[in-house]
Amino acid sequence: MDLHPGPPQLSVTQEAGDTLKVSLSGDWVSQPGMPGLQEVRNGLDQGTKTLTFDASQLGQWNTGLLAFLLRCLALAEERKVTFEGDALPEGARKLIGLAQAVPEKKDARRQEARPGWISVVGQRWIDRFAGAREILTFIGENILALGKLVRGRAQFRWSDTLVVVQEAGPEALPIVLLINFLIGLILAFVASVQLTQFGASIYVADTVAIGTVREMGCIMTGIIICGRTGAAFAAQLGTMKVNEEIDAFTTFGISAVEFLVLPRMIALILMMPLLCVFADAVAILGGFLVSIAMLDVSATEYINRTIEAITLQSFLLGLGKGCFFGILVALTGCLRGMQCGDNAAAVGQATTSAVVAGITAIIAADGIFAVVTSVLGI
Amino acid sequence: MSDRRTENKIEIRDLTMAYGSFVVMRDITVSVRRAEVFVIMGGSGCGKSTLLKHMIGLKRPAKGDILYDGVSFVNAPEEQQQAMLRRFGVLFQGGALWSSMTLAENVALPLGEYSGLSAADIHELVKVKLALVGLSGFEGYYPSEISGGMRKRAGLARAMALDPDILFFDEPSAGLDPISSRNLDELILQLRDSLGATIVVVTHELDSIFAIADNALFLDTETRTMTAQGNPNDLRDHSEDPRVREFLTRGEVRSEPAPSAS
Repeated sequence: MDLHPGPPQLSVTQEAGDTLKVSLSGDWVSQPGMPGLQEVRNGLDQGTKTLTFDASQLGQWNTGLLAFLLRCLALAEERKVTFEGDALPEGARKLIGLAQAVPEKKDARRQEARPGWISVVGQRWIDRFAGAREILTFIGENILALGKLVRGRAQFRWSDTLVVVQEAGPEALPIVLLINFLIGLILAFVASVQLTQFGASIYVADTVAIGTVREMGCIMTGIIICGRTGAAFAAQLGTMKVNEEIDAFTTFGISAVEFLVLPRMIALILMMPLLCVFADAVAILGGFLVSIAMLDVSATEYINRTIEAITLQSFLLGLGKGCFFGILVALTGCLRGMQCGDNAAAVGQATTSAVVAGITAIIAADGIFAVVTSVLGI
Repeated sequence: MSDRRTENKIEIRDLTMAYGSFVVMRDITVSVRRAEVFVIMGGSGCGKSTLLKHMIGLKRPAKGDILYDGVSFVNAPEEQQQAMLRRFGVLFQGGALWSSMTLAENVALPLGEYSGLSAADIHELVKVKLALVGLSGFEGYYPSEISGGMRKRAGLARAMALDPDILFFDEPSAGLDPISSRNLDELILQLRDSLGATIVVVTHELDSIFAIADNALFLDTETRTMTAQGNPNDLRDHSEDPRVREFLTRGEVRSEPAPSAS
């Protein structure tokens, strides 16, 4: 087989009886610079009736030769020239047969007509409304599932919930503590720069205490949990969707919302307020350290101001918001997971979309809370 | 040609496979000749797929060596291993097509990375490979848009992308209807005959085993080692080991090996 090494070459000769002979030599192994079809095409255009081959000088070959031969065959068929492949290696002839065994599926190629801009805009709005409807349906399903749970009739396991509690609560605590501690430091720094100008540096304690307990504690915790746990929910449920596990639940008559979403929802409703308490505490600790280190405020003074500044109302408001943000994170994470498409890329999109939607929802909801509480004077 | 056929393409020497301290299989020694269809068979969970993963470098053996063309694959430096891997084609159980790419892109990716061919040549080759597995015209489809059997065939087209010397098949007939499964068997034989590829197949489908195997290896779950090697027809009729005969006759045990015909 190694008798004729060398690059693939071909020569085309016109023979008697309107026959075109293509002689192949060298190793026809796919590589850059394989001989083109031009010579064969030119030869065929000169009124040839039959196309034959001479493969006696052919060395090794692989599908590179096959690609060439199939193109020759296509050219011959276009020009109604007889294709005589008898001189080709037996394997090549068999593979040509194999490649033609299943005719090309013409209608398999999709012609995608470009829609006009009106239909693009229209389609986009229709999709929007469908999406909004899906969200409302999902929220409705969750409320029904919660109702069932209260009546003790939900298909729901506390053991699953405890696993999610472990993942979303204790395992998230270190990062929640770190971020909120830093937020406390930053708040104290920013406040101290302004307040010392008025000789009111003691009010740094108020700023930090009210700022964290009412707003920053729950918002930062919500955002961290959204990026950490909400993304995990979307990825888990999305992967289950891809593996048809969700379909498997459906065929057993088990509600995916009750069995998968409810435990996650409950876990976050339980864990978010607790995380918020820790978040508030470390943020105040951060402000405390900055104040006693950099301002002439004594530790007792700072603690007293802090205790005075925090009312039960604002503390409970913070926890309540944390709870609500937990519901938002569970809803967006699980909804995007359940809406996931059926391939690996879709899981990534579902996760991204869950985090974006979750954070947006948290910030928007906090804005609404701010307006409502100020109107109500809480 | 004849001297090439007797050459050992793959040699497994004294291979022990383990997950941590759990030994899956020990003392596997076997050789596969060039242009041969080699079947790894055995009951479910005996470590067939694990052996395949060792052969394609996804897992490192606990002990022993695997040689291709007389060169150690296990002990080869990273770069050489990569070069050897490029001569393998692997068809995974579910096809393992990259879901974010069309069928044509799936087949074209290895060609684009390693062959150095122009985009037009790659396009031609991709068409040929998809035509060989009966998927002409499906170039623009995504894996999620076609059936499981088609995904498997597309996976085969991708495995053949670089015209490998050795093709590995993990459970090729799993999830295929009998006719598709038989067509795939014929395709395997065609590839061996036409392109001279050496083919390693993991399967427990008896019909496939008898239809395609030149040489077969039986892995036994209980003794955790290979208990038989040879042509499956011979093994069925003349194996010393009742478990091998039981497997190859679908459980209709013959108590004694049939008298040798030769």
